[in-house]
Amino acid sequence: MPGGAGGWRRGLTQFSVPWRQERPVNYGFFARFIIALAKTVYAVAAPIVSRFPGAILICAVIGACLLVWVFALIFAYVDVHIIEVLPTVATTAHASPMPPPHAATPSPATWGVPPATIATLIKNAGGWPASFNGILQYLLWPVQFGIVRDLIGLVALLGLFVIIPVYTIWWERKVAGRIQSRLGPMRVGGWHGWAQSPADGIKLLLKEDLIPANADKVLFRLAPYLAIIPAALGFVALPFATTYVFRTLDVALVFILGVLGVEVFSVILSGWASNNKWSVYGAMREACQMVAYEIPMGMAVMVPVVVAGTLNLGKIGDAQSGGWFSWLAFSNPFAFVAFVVYYIASLASCKRAPFDLPEAESELVAGFHTEYSGIRWSFFFFAEYVVMFIVSGLATILFMGAWHSPLPMVWGERVAEFLGGGVLARGVNGLLFNGPIWFIAKCVFFLYVQIWLRWTLPRIRIDQVLYGCVQVLLPLTMVLLLGTAIWVWASTSDSAGWAIFASVINWILGIIGAGFALMFPAIAAYGFYHRRRLVGNLVVDALPGA
Amino acid sequence: MTIGLTHYLVVAAVLFTGGLFTMMTKRNAIGILIGVELVLNSANVNLVAFDRYLGPGRIDGQIAALFVIVLAAAEAALAVGICINVYKNLATVDVDRATQLQG
Amino acid sequence: MRSFFELRTLNFELHWLRSLAVAVPKRVRSLTLAALTLVRSLPLAALIVALSASAALADDDRAVAAAEGVPSAVAGGALEAALFYFVAGGVVLSVVGVCVSRNIVRMAVWLFIALGSTAMLYFMLAATFLGAIQLIVYVGGTLVLLVFGVMLTSKSPWVKFDCGKLELFSAAVVCLALAGALCMVLSKTGWSATPTIVPAPAIAVIGEQLLTKYLVPFEVAGVLLMIVMVGAAYLARQED
Repeated sequence: MPGGAGGWRRGLTQFSVPWRQERPVNYGFFARFIIALAKTVYAVAAPIVSRFPGAILICAVIGACLLVWVFALIFAYVDVHIIEVLPTVATTAHASPMPPPHAATPSPATWGVPPATIATLIKNAGGWPASFNGILQYLLWPVQFGIVRDLIGLVALLGLFVIIPVYTIWWERKVAGRIQSRLGPMRVGGWHGWAQSPADGIKLLLKEDLIPANADKVLFRLAPYLAIIPAALGFVALPFATTYVFRTLDVALVFILGVLGVEVFSVILSGWASNNKWSVYGAMREACQMVAYEIPMGMAVMVPVVVAGTLNLGKIGDAQSGGWFSWLAFSNPFAFVAFVVYYIASLASCKRAPFDLPEAESELVAGFHTEYSGIRWSFFFFAEYVVMFIVSGLATILFMGAWHSPLPMVWGERVAEFLGGGVLARGVNGLLFNGPIWFIAKCVFFLYVQIWLRWTLPRIRIDQVLYGCVQVLLPLTMVLLLGTAIWVWASTSDSAGWAIFASVINWILGIIGAGFALMFPAIAAYGFYHRRRLVGNLVVDALPGA
Repeated sequence: MTIGLTHYLVVAAVLFTGGLFTMMTKRNAIGILIGVELVLNSANVNLVAFDRYLGPGRIDGQIAALFVIVLAAAEAALAVGICINVYKNLATVDVDRATQLQG
Repeated sequence: MRSFFELRTLNFELHWLRSLAVAVPKRVRSLTLAALTLVRSLPLAALIVALSASAALADDDRAVAAAEGVPSAVAGGALEAALFYFVAGGVVLSVVGVCVSRNIVRMAVWLFIALGSTAMLYFMLAATFLGAIQLIVYVGGTLVLLVFGVMLTSKSPWVKFDCGKLELFSAAVVCLALAGALCMVLSKTGWSATPTIVPAPAIAVIGEQLLTKYLVPFEVAGVLLMIVMVGAAYLARQED
């Protein structure tokens, strides 16, 4: 083994741990199989994950995508082989992975009846070779109903709702550690402490349930649920790809903004119900900040809506299918600035630093969630990280090309034709040109920037927060909205000069954006190359005011 | 059982009477405001229900409800401002104590 | 900074996988080692296969999605009735809660539930834009304002202002009579309404009508909001 055959054992000789002694134990076949599986997984994942801390997140994402693929296959199979074969049901037979919003749930009078026995199935299918099909149909019979598909989708959403905060917290601790010249969690679970977050979750579940003595018990208990419910509802309308959405809402964008606005109420309620004046201060400041920054956020969000012409997030994503230069952030200079404004406003809306006065650890203990412990506290954090993901998702869909790669989709169609149009062709298309993987990768990138900003920038005072919102961002967004409207109106006129001017600006903005995007890996490479030199004096010299 | 127009109108009626009761019996000024919000919501439910049931594709009710929401927000803002000023002057928001102009 | 391999030689007492590896007999260990060396060379290929398999779902059914973008209210069905009774029950319950609570903060919470249930009613009536606006403006704006007002004007959470019993009783009688009369009239009227499947109008129609048919009320509302902002700023000024 690397590091010396006895290296890791040498470290253990200081402890008289009995399991170090080798005993001949005869394990059964199944136990050995499981052990071999565990070791295989470990050996496969460890070299990758140790070099790239985000790999676990990506592997989880891949696992989730595989699961979605399996379910989509099941749905497609059911559509083709059950609905058209069994003589009953009134559902619409689409081959789309997620059910269309009003696939009419069949009323009780027309619910399909499953075949009585497998023997009947075999008889109906006409003999043994087709009977496997029949058995599969029998097993997959419930999936034909819209409500069952909705339940499966809901389980997926809840899974996302749990997994995203858990691993974002782990990744934040790792990134924060790297920024602070340390490693972050390393022990729990083996490589890079990947199990730190689930372990913390289990620990929080086992903590004592404390409610302050004179607090309003009902409201105290209610507030965390009011925080996680809107966060989970945001996933209902957020599309991960054109057909990867729980419900295609025509007003998806306004719906998500609305449910994110309900978060404010949970903050106020938790602060009030704690019977603690510092919590009330934190809650009031937080509510003030969130509500104030909803205005520039909403107006900055209207800029790509004006350019794309619809509130439907799926259609806005589809409008950016022409490669890097078709992304809405680069379509006009006002949209470029609107992206920055939206990002800043969304940082304030999720109470992330530099706007994290409500959670100001050095000032108010913990702000509005001071008195919360255990699972109630973790509900607030789940809500915060899920909202971070949702606003990153909105930033991706509205400005940064949604689920499209920087290569135009038409090239992808040509490649798919070239490869023959089967599963491999669509796979390559999804990997290189568009697909939910790109959406999640971009969301993860924006999450990374949020984490990076938190651990780099100092906290802003509440009066500076409100000054920035009302006196800087709000007039700026008004100008941006007006400018975008005029730009779009000018683009609808058939003037050739304007068309040339607009496309030149588009190219310039795209190149500036590409420069920013390439700056990240360049600086990361520089930092990695000089990592031994950069720890130390550089930190002291580079602080502002030095 | 098919949900018809009457069902939504009954819900609006309940909202209205609840708001009316709140306005009549609460002494806290903000409580009265909460009653006002309930009454405005009942009007909105009425507008939207008629909109949907009495004409496919009509949006006049929705637009009217939109204006009602906007105006309700505006008057709630002003009313809360007035309540806070009353609190500053009288140290209470009990409307039974705001009797300086009485008699 | 230690390299990864040096870190692995630190004392990892908690490393349960190592304990498993020690406990497994030698023969199995060598077999697994052989399997591992094979597998170690394929992680990249496995990644690519996984990615492409998942991306095979980039279906080209966009036409389907585009056509299904319009919500509609489906009439009939037990599901719609159950949903309506659930939501309407929520509205009624929260209204009763507002009327009955004696603590102003609890009243605000019941109002929040009432407004949220009303938003759900709007979604059921296929007025999705209005439901979302209700959530943004009413719940996320007006209600937050009310709760701010509650907190700035209350001395302690448990102060109660109560009416006399006579007032409560007479108000209750009047309101119940009014509710009863309204319900009776509403159920006896023959509305010319047919609950068919209604395609919800597109948002573009709302926007267009706001700027053509309802332009004057739109602009007047804008001016009114400006007046309200000035008034609120004046009311909230600090007397220096």
